[in-house]
Amino acid sequence: MSTAATEQQTPPPRPARIRFRLGALGPLLALLLLMILGAALNGNFLTVANMANIVARASFIGIIAIGATFVITSGGIDLSVGSMAAFIAGMIIIIVNSLVPSLGAGWGSVGIGIAAGLVIGLIGGAANGALVTIGRIEPFIVTLGSLGIFRALITFLANGGTLNLNFQASDTYSPLYSGSLLWIPVPIVIFVLVAIVAEVAMRRTTFGRHIAAIGSNEQVARYSAIKVDRVRLTTYALQGLLVGLAAVLYVPKFGSANSSTAVLWELQAIAAVIIGGTTLRGGFGRIWGTVVGVIILELIGNILNLQNLISPYLNQAFQGAIIIIAVLLQRSRRTTA
Amino acid sequence: MPIEAGTQAPPVLAANRISKSFGEIPVLFSVDFDVRAGEVHAIIGENGAGKSTLIKILSGFEQPTSGTIAYDGRVVTLPPNGEAEALGIVLIHQEFNLAEHLRVVDSIFLGREIARGGIMDLGQMRERARELLQTLHVDVDPNARIDTLSVADKQMVEIAKAISRDARVLIMDEPTAVLSLGETETLFEQIHRLTARGVAIVFISHKLDEVMRIADRVTVLRDGQLIATVEARDLTPDSAARMMVGRELHNLYPPKHEPDVDAPRVLSVRHLSAPGIRDVSFDLRKGEILGFAGLVGSGRTAVAEAIVGLRHRTSGEIEVNGRVAHFASVAQSLAAGIAYMTKDRKGKGLLTNMGLRPNLTLLTLRRHLRGVFLDTGSETRALERAVRRFDIRARDASVRAGQLSGGNQQKLMLGKTMESEPAIIIMDEPTRGIDVGTKQQIYHIIAALAAEGKSIILISSELQEVIGLSHRVLVMRFGRIVGELVGDQISEEQIVRHQMGIEGKAA
Repeated sequence: MSTAATEQQTPPPRPARIRFRLGALGPLLALLLLMILGAALNGNFLTVANMANIVARASFIGIIAIGATFVITSGGIDLSVGSMAAFIAGMIIIIVNSLVPSLGAGWGSVGIGIAAGLVIGLIGGAANGALVTIGRIEPFIVTLGSLGIFRALITFLANGGTLNLNFQASDTYSPLYSGSLLWIPVPIVIFVLVAIVAEVAMRRTTFGRHIAAIGSNEQVARYSAIKVDRVRLTTYALQGLLVGLAAVLYVPKFGSANSSTAVLWELQAIAAVIIGGTTLRGGFGRIWGTVVGVIILELIGNILNLQNLISPYLNQAFQGAIIIIAVLLQRSRRTTA
Repeated sequence: MPIEAGTQAPPVLAANRISKSFGEIPVLFSVDFDVRAGEVHAIIGENGAGKSTLIKILSGFEQPTSGTIAYDGRVVTLPPNGEAEALGIVLIHQEFNLAEHLRVVDSIFLGREIARGGIMDLGQMRERARELLQTLHVDVDPNARIDTLSVADKQMVEIAKAISRDARVLIMDEPTAVLSLGETETLFEQIHRLTARGVAIVFISHKLDEVMRIADRVTVLRDGQLIATVEARDLTPDSAARMMVGRELHNLYPPKHEPDVDAPRVLSVRHLSAPGIRDVSFDLRKGEILGFAGLVGSGRTAVAEAIVGLRHRTSGEIEVNGRVAHFASVAQSLAAGIAYMTKDRKGKGLLTNMGLRPNLTLLTLRRHLRGVFLDTGSETRALERAVRRFDIRARDASVRAGQLSGGNQQKLMLGKTMESEPAIIIMDEPTRGIDVGTKQQIYHIIAALAAEGKSIILISSELQEVIGLSHRVLVMRFGRIVGELVGDQISEEQIVRHQMGIEGKAA
């Protein structure tokens, strides 16, 4: 195509280069390889039940990782998501339990608990965002601080032990995790809906374009009439809201929360985002990549459980290694491009 | 003023039949070049002519695809990544390579600290740095931190660093692009001192008058080809421009329309003060091109930023179309029809790692909404229009803004600004570092916009440009407006006198 470099007027629409396409398909390729590996290791791997199980398990981290995609695309980072999810789960349990005596164990109490969980997430995320934008503190520091705070709060609320959801309320609440909509498990339905809305928001709205611009060069964004602080704060608030949603879906799974709930979810969420092809330094993000990334992580965990060569306890070591390798690949792609 | 020794000496550094391709794209075709001790050899050419590639090859940062480099008459392969400095070949990049948080002395000795057993001898380093700066007549404190220095002083530190490495060939990429007139003079004195010591100087410049003053020989490149290497004294502005462009450059500046003195005032600034500027007052009329001259740092950009809400206004009034208008953000000023086009293309103007389309529409995304969704088709049509209107040349649609030549980046930024259909456009250095052909195009666009009834504030450090385009010129000095020139008064001499404080209100 470069024969046209004679620099005459060239019309804009022309397909991008093929190599870039290959890079874009990298996560899908990795997913395919893992599927083949899994099927080779265990005959039960490719069953509908196992696949549904994997996606359902991936949906908590997935919903959080979608929020993280926005934050990272805008050039930020949120390390507090795991602690925040645990804290919100604890708060939902406490609120529902305290309402049961007066409102009963029906959808009234559970509904208020769910709403409170979402609101707490929104506020927590907005607080992170406000400290980053108005407070002008590095997002790494802000969210490292709030990571500690939320983790301490859940330990404090559970008094060092475990918070358990009221037994009857648990019966009301559990369909939100174990139920199905049109034969599809509810968490998967919600995960898919969130992913679709987020993908559209990222590609087709001014919000998506603005966060990419801010992540690419904040000064340019400011000089281009973009309300940089407002957009950044929105990404953190959105992240908080999605953490709240993940917690809402997580509570009925075990009906309990304690200090080890959702530990290292931030690692998984950020790993999923990076595997999916979103640039760690910001400027470019894709939601479908993150979705693929989450499923890749979950597949690795699943495969580790299906074989007995490598200890499944090493799962997080794999995740940690993957995040580093993904960033290395990103960098080499940039330098060769 | 060619130095006799220089013209007879054998070349220190020579490139023989150098070709270079990046991937499939050839950028240099069999170019010959050499520089002798004590000589200043300038390279001129339009953007994309291959100047930067040539000097990168001369300094080892790039390897030629074919051809050879000879140093002291011996064919060599220069080591990459600036390691050629050890051989005495130093390239000073356009964007300096100084760590902003280090002190001057640390920068000069970076990587070759004077140390014994791993412990640095700070006293000796400081003493050596001070001596070095003195021999260069540079008044910079060796203990000052780099980020506290002016651009000109940073450049002097780069030169000092080069000298400390016993540079025999000093290569400079557009050293004067960021300098004011006074600073340029200092640089030229420095160059004379260096050539007197036998240092060979290679430099790229877009300013013909400078080239003709300082260079002994001039090499002209065009589209990667060597057009000619000539004695600077044989060069005229016309012949140089002809060789660079390959066509006659008639009417660099379009004819000026008589300004309409009765046209309504669209912008009035009264006693505006902000960080960097004090008590600035002026009017802008419909269809007028108002030039802002002044040295770098005299406050011209600060005025623009204070008007559009990018800089905090401490006092004063701004009126747009007779109504008080104080903007807190670019969005507000844009809504009132005032657009500011930054001089910092890569830092503040364009998202260099994104494509042309998102860059073009970034300022005006809302116009491309259908419901809550972006209409990429509408964006693409906007890009097609802008490509035609501003003659933006790109290899194909997937090119990122950062890969465009400087001139095309400037046109893209112009397109982006004009997408907002502003009535008042503040252009800050609209032709900085771009080639003559593109400059001419931009001059004609500016004049055409004014003829359409747009009002333009033109901030420029190129006096010829201010003089050639403006109906009226304001001169700034130390954050104040010190003079207003109209009609026949608009001359290089008058502007310089005001800039230097020889004439006009005391600063």
